[in-house]
Amino acid sequence: MASARRGSEQCDGEERGQARRGVNMLKMVENLGVSYVKTTEQYRKKLHSEFSGLGFPHKEEADDSNSSKNQAGPTEYEKRRKDHISHFILRLAYCQTEDLRRWFIQQEMDLFRYRFSELPSKYKTDFLHKNNLKYDTMSVEEKNHLKDQLINSSYSVSGSTVAEQDFYKVPFQDALDLVRTRKVYLKAGYAYIPHQDIVAIVLNDFRTRLSKALALTARSLPAVQSDERLQPLLNHLSHAYVGQDYSIQKNIGKVSLEQIDPLSAKSFPLCMRQLHKALRENHHLRHGGRMQYGLFLKGIGLTLDQAMQFWRSEFVKGKVDADKFDKAYAYSIRHMFGKEGKRTDYTPYSCMKVILSNPPSQGDFHGCPFRHSDPELLKQKLQSYKLSPGGIMQILDLVKGMHYQLACQKYFELTHNIDDAGFSLNHPNQYFMESQKLLGGGKEVKKEVEVSQRGPENTPSNGPDVPSTRQKSSTQAVDDMGDLDSYFIDE
Amino acid sequence: MLTSDYDPACLPDLLPLYYRRLFPYSQYFRWLSYGGASKNYFQNREFSFTLKDDIYVRYQSFSTQSELEKEMQKMNPYKIDIGAVYSHRPSQHNTVKSGTFQALEKELVFDIDMTDYDDVRSCCSAADICSKCWTLMTIAIRILDRALRDDFGFQHLLWVYSGRRGVHCWVCDEAARKLSVAARSAVAEYLSLVKGGEETVKKVVLSDPIHPFISQSLIVVEHYFPQYAVVEQDLLSSKASVDKVLSLVPDDILHYKISVKELLNIYQTEKNPMKRWEQLCRYAVQQKRTSSKKGAQYFDKEIMLQYCYPRLDVNVSKGVNHLLKSPFSVHPKTGRISVPIDLKNLDKFDPFEVPTISLICEELDKPLTAEEEDVKDKESETESGERRKIRDYKHTSLAKYVKLFDHFLDAMARSRKGEMLKKSGLFSLDKHDPPIHIDDDPAKCVNLLSHVSLSHYRHKDDAVFIRFSLD
Repeated sequence: MASARRGSEQCDGEERGQARRGVNMLKMVENLGVSYVKTTEQYRKKLHSEFSGLGFPHKEEADDSNSSKNQAGPTEYEKRRKDHISHFILRLAYCQTEDLRRWFIQQEMDLFRYRFSELPSKYKTDFLHKNNLKYDTMSVEEKNHLKDQLINSSYSVSGSTVAEQDFYKVPFQDALDLVRTRKVYLKAGYAYIPHQDIVAIVLNDFRTRLSKALALTARSLPAVQSDERLQPLLNHLSHAYVGQDYSIQKNIGKVSLEQIDPLSAKSFPLCMRQLHKALRENHHLRHGGRMQYGLFLKGIGLTLDQAMQFWRSEFVKGKVDADKFDKAYAYSIRHMFGKEGKRTDYTPYSCMKVILSNPPSQGDFHGCPFRHSDPELLKQKLQSYKLSPGGIMQILDLVKGMHYQLACQKYFELTHNIDDAGFSLNHPNQYFMESQKLLGGGKEVKKEVEVSQRGPENTPSNGPDVPSTRQKSSTQAVDDMGDLDSYFIDE
Repeated sequence: MLTSDYDPACLPDLLPLYYRRLFPYSQYFRWLSYGGASKNYFQNREFSFTLKDDIYVRYQSFSTQSELEKEMQKMNPYKIDIGAVYSHRPSQHNTVKSGTFQALEKELVFDIDMTDYDDVRSCCSAADICSKCWTLMTIAIRILDRALRDDFGFQHLLWVYSGRRGVHCWVCDEAARKLSVAARSAVAEYLSLVKGGEETVKKVVLSDPIHPFISQSLIVVEHYFPQYAVVEQDLLSSKASVDKVLSLVPDDILHYKISVKELLNIYQTEKNPMKRWEQLCRYAVQQKRTSSKKGAQYFDKEIMLQYCYPRLDVNVSKGVNHLLKSPFSVHPKTGRISVPIDLKNLDKFDPFEVPTISLICEELDKPLTAEEEDVKDKESETESGERRKIRDYKHTSLAKYVKLFDHFLDAMARSRKGEMLKKSGLFSLDKHDPPIHIDDDPAKCVNLLSHVSLSHYRHKDDAVFIRFSLD
């Protein structure tokens, strides 16, 4: 970074631009990861075209040959230099909290997986050696002995290829992604990995190194943050992924408890409608459901007192008496509002979080109905909500293609009788706000006021994703972020 | 029968007795010290006590066995939970700079709770269990125990009855204790097959090829399934349960409608549940032959797994800092002691035979005079009191469970010894070789000792336990 510095004014400009493009790229990686299965050809193609568009290096090719072929565009060296700059700036921006680190690591891993998979086999082996990743290979006898198990453990191994393939014997801790998905044979603590799956080990190592590096970077943050040139940039960048913070207190006290029932049918996304129904029916929700629904309610404006009253009045109708409620549940509700424990004011869950983390198990009603329901049940549910058969088919098709957020958006359009929602959905609370806006908002018109204050250049279409407070410094960046949403839509 | 003996109202009266005369402190301390292999392992361990009226006291920690004893006898916790080994003493967690107090290690734990099986149990629901559905726990233990040993190479697994409706597993190998959060969740997910919540009907989907882990697990499930599910749970008797099973037959397989209809037709006349199941399996075999679609042909196996495969609470296993109820803690609702389970006699394990706190306190015979005696003991202090405690539990039904615990600890001590010899470089021991008992063979012992310097004696029960370092 220092060597790239030619004069602070200009360079800050360059770095800012690079970093912004870095965030764009990672957001794109994230979005594609949700929309496609990560190993498919489709996913690879899409990534490939997006990278070329952003001017990032996407192929490990020898620098000279590439630059001579391609005089017009930036050289491979130049592209890589930019890539490196953006990566290290993002490290600074994303080392600040656990959540940011997790997100950053996840996206960098996906990016790395893609890049590594594009390498020719020889380069892969070189890469392993350069990075000191040496593992024992299985002997022929061993392979013969375990032949059946090896064949049955991986899609990429068949009876005819098992003899020719190299298998690496690796402690299972070094191949967690393969272990997790049961894509590898495990014996006595060792994973036996076919050569073409070796990316898993490299990724694992990459994760460990990156995570350590981020922890180290975090320690040097105080020094960096005192630099007034960097600090605003870093803050802006790290906020870019979170999108709108729906926990901001501006909505507070705008919803009465009596309104929740009608609102749940009109303006709640399906996941919250499902949780609300389950709560009313069972007078209970398990932890995952309480968190997802409770934080959503906080986001639409329930105060702590209201929330307490809401949960208590429902729970005492079931098996929990008031005393037990106060002992066992009241704490967690205060906790949600940042009044206990670490005193973190928790933010409502985004679609990404609902879809990707903590899948529901027995007795749970949380999660994303488009992701976590049987299609048949989903169909019945949509029918009971009087959606048209054609609309239901469209939704189920999107679900089949794993476009869960698009399916939800379709559900929004159908239930609100509009052709085009005009926004890209990525948060349950966003769904609620958009719905209220369309329905005239009843008593909660203030959100519309909020949006219209933003000035003409920000149409409501990409408005909701953009927190108004962050606009003043970098309208340009905001537009970049807004454009990202098109990656969601145009597939 | 036995539960009726226990009255939760008596718990406050029984606990002092239990903690003063019955709780196996020395084994407990020996367990959590792990041979003193790393510094402050016991001292930095979090304990959490649950007191009367559900008052939780977290971040307790103790520097010695006697401090632990004193505190437990003073607080008389209704329930004891064990947490992680932290970077600092948990009792002082407020005094260290925030962020530096971190959970470093913990046993890899598994929690299997019968309530998670409610959609596939017909005999009981929620917190209730009976000898019929207990088979589910037996299956769970068999499957997980095999996988953790054979697939992951762990050796020191402590299976414990939770005291009410489930079982816990504590994987105590050093490698297991050092696993990262990511590794724990990977292990837990490797072991999870049943997926989905209330909005998912079909929770197990197999695809080709069937992973060896699943094949091995199927062997266990297939062994228990006919008797347990078909006979005892009346899987195919009533219309409702038949419908439920048939809803798991995937609808995209060839001839689906026909086969389900045919099955229903046959079921009109065929009332014997076992015959009905066989009929269903026959269709599955037929599908395997005719179906072109891959993956859809395993529906008989998928049904068996959905009904019997262990359902893990993954979140408990994932977190390093997650608390889990301690062995030998009392379950406040049932009064049963959380005792180790003997895997050699797993099929005979009956949760209703596990002693309650009232039973073992009664077995101490004439508790009142004993208490008085105890006061006397306290005055005279030291060894005689210690020995008395050992004698005390030996008089009760708790004895055989403490003995199991002892065996578990001995095995761990033996392999630690083996590891140390290996590290000393004098023997090259493979992990699977039997550990060497240096005390078995005096000549070997002398030979060894001439090579090493003796730096440390550990626990007295660990026989000759020596920390070696090469000269």
